[in-house]
Amino acid sequence: MAVLAARNLRKSYGGAEVVAGVSFAIAPGECFGLLGPNGAGKTTTLRLCLGLTDPDHGSIELMQRPVPGEARPARARVGVVPQMDNLDPDFTVGENLLVYGRYFGLSEGAIRARIPQLLDFAGLSARAASQIQTLSGGMKRRLTLARALINDPDLIFMDEPTTGLDPQARHLIWERLKQLLAGGKTIVLTTHFMEEAERLCARLAIMDRGRFITEGSPRELILRHIEPHVVEAHGDGVMDWSDREAGKLASRLEKSGETVFCYAADPAPLLSSLANQGELRYLHRPANLEDVFLKLTGRELRD
Amino acid sequence: MHIFSPPSMSLRFVPVWRRNLLVWRKLAVPSILGNLADPLIYVLGLGYGLGSMLPEVGGVPYIAFLAAGMVCSSTMNSATFEAMYSAFSRMHVQHTWDAIMNAPVDLDDVVLAELAWAASKSVLSGVAILAVVWLLGLSGSVLSLWVIALLPLIGLTFGALALAVTAMARSYDFFMYYFTLLVTPMNLLCGVFFPVEQLPAAFQAVAAFLPLTHAVAIARPLLLGQIPPDAVLHALVLLAYAAAGFYAATVLFRRRLLK
Repeated sequence: MAVLAARNLRKSYGGAEVVAGVSFAIAPGECFGLLGPNGAGKTTTLRLCLGLTDPDHGSIELMQRPVPGEARPARARVGVVPQMDNLDPDFTVGENLLVYGRYFGLSEGAIRARIPQLLDFAGLSARAASQIQTLSGGMKRRLTLARALINDPDLIFMDEPTTGLDPQARHLIWERLKQLLAGGKTIVLTTHFMEEAERLCARLAIMDRGRFITEGSPRELILRHIEPHVVEAHGDGVMDWSDREAGKLASRLEKSGETVFCYAADPAPLLSSLANQGELRYLHRPANLEDVFLKLTGRELRD
Repeated sequence: MHIFSPPSMSLRFVPVWRRNLLVWRKLAVPSILGNLADPLIYVLGLGYGLGSMLPEVGGVPYIAFLAAGMVCSSTMNSATFEAMYSAFSRMHVQHTWDAIMNAPVDLDDVVLAELAWAASKSVLSGVAILAVVWLLGLSGSVLSLWVIALLPLIGLTFGALALAVTAMARSYDFFMYYFTLLVTPMNLLCGVFFPVEQLPAAFQAVAAFLPLTHAVAIARPLLLGQIPPDAVLHALVLLAYAAAGFYAATVLFRRRLLK
């Protein structure tokens, strides 16, 4: 039984269809990733699932309840880590958790009993009495995650949980999310970080212009959409080399700025050609999710 | 939910109201003193300064006349400020409302909580002025206790109207229009500083429609030890403004935030 199911969701703003026919179902215990460039419709999809805005068409079931009709009781079983930090700046770390727990109708005693556990999970046990302004970006994110767990939710929505964090803070968040998954929680994650999606998500969808353009496990998507090897070359004369040699040796080429990306099933001919080009620098690596993402959504900027 | 459906009212507003109370408790003393200073200076400055040059106004010393006006006006100001600047900060700047609405609390609950909070805070301001009025011996009647029952109605009325303005605001600057076009005219036309009857007929006609007039019309007789004529009618006018303002605020916030 799916914890979240959406069928043919559509939502338009001022004539522009932001979500243009999206369907998916998420099983308990799964980590589902929603990838897409800015403006692809990811956040709107999450808002629809939470019942914060009504779809123009389609149906949603969250925790076996119809949304938006029964969105409010459904949200009692759900946690949300929003894209933008909205911790209460007037409160301490501990008060943020206490006040948030009250919104769920939890008893004062139940919340107070749970706070030390959550602070420990977030690595903030020593900071219970700290003001929010004194926390680092990573601490704030961890507190936001702890706040989303105050009601011991079955399903957690995370909208770009590690955007703006340094690598140390990001790794710590990933470790905590893995802990939650190991504990049986279901996670729906939007992200720009392919590494994050590859590490955490068993299944993901790439969204662009309001539609899911592909769906599957990270490995499946790489196999399905892209050649297994990538050779990136740059340096003086790389465009000449690419026109002269690479075009014949790679199954597909992409040029971005001063770099040529050569995709191939067999990288050996490319590498031996490059070995004779003293002035070119190159990198050979296996294809990854980012290659899939860029192939499917294009390299031009989306603002 | 349809955008125009009536506000859903439930006790879910209580935890949100308590959130605002907890913030206020941290700053309670400066907040009360700040709320008290302004009206107190008016009462003392105008009451004794201007009052010493005036004969009796409405049959009583000017300062006793002014007291009821200042109680109503400072209650109005307190509710207005809270429902505009503070609510706007929570909604638009801090995104506190967004966080709350991810929990099992709806926008209607948040709007009701903001209204109840603005009214609660304004009652505290009103009671503080009332206490000063009693301490200065400006009202000795037992009837003046009834003003405490009037204060929540004043707070709800002006809190609801201000929330409707907040729902339309794009920045803090927008609130200047409301102050210039409504709050200042009400302070000057609605019988706070002088009897409405002193105004030209056209202004009196305008004043009759403004809610502050009706608040003062109940509070002044009570402070002077009289039973206010048409009290029920005046209270119904305030209630109508409160209901209309709350409904407008709910619809406008839904249009703004649930799109």
